[in-house]
Amino acid sequence: MVATPQKPAYKVIGTRPVRPDGVDKVTGRAAYGADVVLEGMLFGSVLRSPHAHARIKRIDTSKALALPGVKAIITNADFPAQESGTLDLGEGSANPKWLVDNVLAGDKVLYHGHAVAAVAAVDWHTAEEALGLIDVEYELLPFVINVREAMLDAAPILHHDLRTNVRARNVDTPKDRETNVAMHMRVEKGDLAAGFAEADIVIEREFTTSQFHQGYIEPQNGTAHWNHDGQITVWTSTQGAFSVRDQVATLLNQPVARIKVVPMEIGGGFGGKIPVYLEPVAALLSKKTGHPLKMWMSREAVFQATGPTSATWNRVKIGAKRDGTLVAADVSLCFAAGAYPGSAVGAGVLCALAPYAIPNQRIDGFDVVTNTPKTAAYRAPGAPAAEYAVEATVDEIARALDMDPLDLRLKNAPEEGDTNSSGAPWPRIGAKAVITAIKESAHYNSEIQGDNVGRGIALGFWFNGGMESSSSVAVNPDGSVSLILGSTDIGGTRASLAMQLAEALGVPYEAIKPQVVDTDSIGYTAVTGGSRTTFAGGWVAYDLGQEIRKRLTERAARIWGVDISTVTYHDDAMITGTDKDGKEQRFTFEEICRRLPSTGGHIAVSAMSRRNTAGPAYAGHIADVKVDRETGKVTVLRYTAVQDVGTAIHPSYVEGQIQGGAAQGIGMALQEEYWYDDQGHLRNGSFLDYRMPVANDLQPIEVILVEVPNPGHPFGVRGVGEVPIVPPQAAIRNALRDAIGVNFYHTPVTPTRILDELLPRA
Amino acid sequence: MQALRYARATSIDEAMRMLQEGGETARVLAGGTDVIVQARERRRVIGLFVDIKHIPEVMALEYDPQRGLRIGSAVPLYRVYGDANVQRVYPALRAAAHVIGGKAIQGRASLGGNLSNASPAADSIPTMMASEAVAEIAGPNGRRDVRVNEFCTGPGRNVLQPGEFVVTLRFPQPAPHTGQAWERFIPRNEMDIAVVNAACALTLSGDTVTAARIAIGAVAPTAIMVPAAAEALVGRRLTDDTIAAAGAAAKDAAIPIEDMRGTVRQRKHLADVLVQRVVRAAAEKARGN
Repeated sequence: MVATPQKPAYKVIGTRPVRPDGVDKVTGRAAYGADVVLEGMLFGSVLRSPHAHARIKRIDTSKALALPGVKAIITNADFPAQESGTLDLGEGSANPKWLVDNVLAGDKVLYHGHAVAAVAAVDWHTAEEALGLIDVEYELLPFVINVREAMLDAAPILHHDLRTNVRARNVDTPKDRETNVAMHMRVEKGDLAAGFAEADIVIEREFTTSQFHQGYIEPQNGTAHWNHDGQITVWTSTQGAFSVRDQVATLLNQPVARIKVVPMEIGGGFGGKIPVYLEPVAALLSKKTGHPLKMWMSREAVFQATGPTSATWNRVKIGAKRDGTLVAADVSLCFAAGAYPGSAVGAGVLCALAPYAIPNQRIDGFDVVTNTPKTAAYRAPGAPAAEYAVEATVDEIARALDMDPLDLRLKNAPEEGDTNSSGAPWPRIGAKAVITAIKESAHYNSEIQGDNVGRGIALGFWFNGGMESSSSVAVNPDGSVSLILGSTDIGGTRASLAMQLAEALGVPYEAIKPQVVDTDSIGYTAVTGGSRTTFAGGWVAYDLGQEIRKRLTERAARIWGVDISTVTYHDDAMITGTDKDGKEQRFTFEEICRRLPSTGGHIAVSAMSRRNTAGPAYAGHIADVKVDRETGKVTVLRYTAVQDVGTAIHPSYVEGQIQGGAAQGIGMALQEEYWYDDQGHLRNGSFLDYRMPVANDLQPIEVILVEVPNPGHPFGVRGVGEVPIVPPQAAIRNALRDAIGVNFYHTPVTPTRILDELLPRA
Repeated sequence: MQALRYARATSIDEAMRMLQEGGETARVLAGGTDVIVQARERRRVIGLFVDIKHIPEVMALEYDPQRGLRIGSAVPLYRVYGDANVQRVYPALRAAAHVIGGKAIQGRASLGGNLSNASPAADSIPTMMASEAVAEIAGPNGRRDVRVNEFCTGPGRNVLQPGEFVVTLRFPQPAPHTGQAWERFIPRNEMDIAVVNAACALTLSGDTVTAARIAIGAVAPTAIMVPAAAEALVGRRLTDDTIAAAGAAAKDAAIPIEDMRGTVRQRKHLADVLVQRVVRAAAEKARGN
């Protein structure tokens, strides 16, 4: 662990207390979305498209409705009509027209598994039985899965009203004709031509990545009750209860005051549990039947119809001087958005070159619709594919220049005051600290031995978000403190926010009782995503801590009959002063809390925060791999993740986030991918055939925490959850190059693809 | 899942009566790790499950050095690979049974089920074929024996006639100086379906191969014996060349499809690699026996 000298001596921050939700989770008592049971509850199920692209000519529900136990069936036509517009989801945005058509298909189905109709029935099996009785007449349409093919002039068109939104100057992208290219953006600085002219070596490469799924263990779910007074309650597992409320309100055309969203415990999200799928459907079926209704997805539906990441096609051209100085970079990123526009290509554009200070650069991004599920955010959305392409190309530059790949990266790493791709200056960042920590690590200094064994490194960058958070605090007479949160807890936010409040107050962690509540019980809080929650929620905890310190100081002053200015709240939560008789007085935190009811009442405060001082995150990973040349199987021998985490509030959680992100990234690098057949059908929509790594596929992932405190946060917090998924694809790919001498240009590098390179051509 | 009936049989005769009454949509239920999933996912219309796990014969596992091994068709895999005689005398069977599904599956799944499900990629079938296993089948017309290598007729299809089911799998006692080995290739380290699997039983006299049986899976509509691979070995000394010839024969015999689990080229190549590996491993064991 590398700590900077600026870090104060914290009492709670940096310790590893027991998580508040631990007992319920290990005993199975924690209530997840599918655990909701309500009196009179019905069950809902969704009919999905067997086709990749088809016009819906007719839906006949009469036979299904006649099945005993079936209570209602709805289609897209049951939703209020939506105009095109923009609905903020917190991490990304959505067009309500597209959102409702994704929830239940409009005039066309746009991907295999697209929801077509939903049934309410007295039990799950009856609902499933009814699906087979719904008669849908389709007119099959040509489809396109591949992003590159979708960009061709002759490609089948998904949306005839779609025109390219051109957010770039001086480009010849047409804006006025039918297309699958929803958006073209460009970010540039410096003089590209002059930069390349300065270069001694220019390397240009092309990369593709497959579509990956977040792979959360808990499938999407939604339970709703549309009460007879018009009040709607939704229970669901989500990254953002308020985001669900706003999406449901829009899709049902209801005021937010009518909707209460109760967030349940969540079994993973990684960005994929932000868009709604079942919640508005459950609400509408509840309205139609007068009963509460529960829905959940099968794993196959989760793969078919919820948030994979984009398949991508990317080109990178980088120019360097002989001494390793990177002087120019030209990057083009084409991301498949899935059935509706809105891939994460914008974030990819801004992240692609962030690990480097390159004076002359241009980055183009294209958002392209394809007949695949609408993509959703996935852990540093956009960054892994974009940075993989750059990190692979940089590695080839290092080889061409015969430079140590780490030295090349250190030479070009940005630091405070350098500008990012959009020209804004970087605040204090840990890029060089991370590279230095890699260089000093035991792993990087260890020897690798044996045939077909190799080592690779890669860097990663992610912005991290700020956004809005709200919390309330109530001080109890026994010295305990209730912390009421609007942020759903995916990765340990109850613990990390309670720890920051404890630190702010100077009380033990055990004194804080954190709880996540529904949307009627707390102020607006943005999604748990964007690596923002420990940052923004920590700011709120800090502000609340300051306010409580002030209130308790006031109370002591009142009890002692003196002016507040003579009373001091110390960092160990001791309050000292001199009473009106000149006698020295002191209260411990518990003592003053005990006096609260009789000296003016309890103390409760609320606060919200929206600050834009989130600190960017840098990571660097080291991978050692061994290749079985006979089978193409890759074994990861050793893996180390180094990351600037600002301040590690709860180091175990931080390490867990980093190990989890690395594990997902290694899955992308070697095994995972969507597999479509020639009919555009997703054929591996199961955990059996969508080959995420299992526990014994990976070695323990070593973690080195680098702490470069974020100056924009009272405790120096930087988001930690997303950036660890960025480096693995390139780190593994670069290690494979080292091991067997082959440069791969597609991820995942499966045994099939390795054999394709190693076996003699037929 | 559609509503269906469940009946528990306590004898072979009772099970056959129940299957007959259930007609075409009656299915035998052992561990249920295939058929319950098929019913739940509506891949097969099932009206009646006849649970055979309460019939003593199909739950029995017996070994005798003279008569060999008898494994009841519904004996769960954990009992198969946990049996000391299986571990000692039939190591390839132990190896295959040990990796089917995960721990929870192995508590329920059986060899009879794995065979009757007739997946081309079934992990236990090649090793049963190499070990000359025989399926004892009960049916309306009495008992009959079918060699495991003649049991499967296509993906999900087998020789069972209406009302018939596998009661017991018989494995002969291996000849002296025989070794058995089984391997599969999967991209993961567990919880995966074979891209290719292979099994070998091989008898040595000194350095010379006197008998060999080689089977491969996931490279054809059913797991297949590769007589040409055996012929490349029998009567010859084991050398890199003869082993390579056996692998090449397996590669020639493989007629795989391309799907999300692998390509034709990859599977043919892996048939070669895995057969060479199981031949070497079986020879190693034969030398110790």
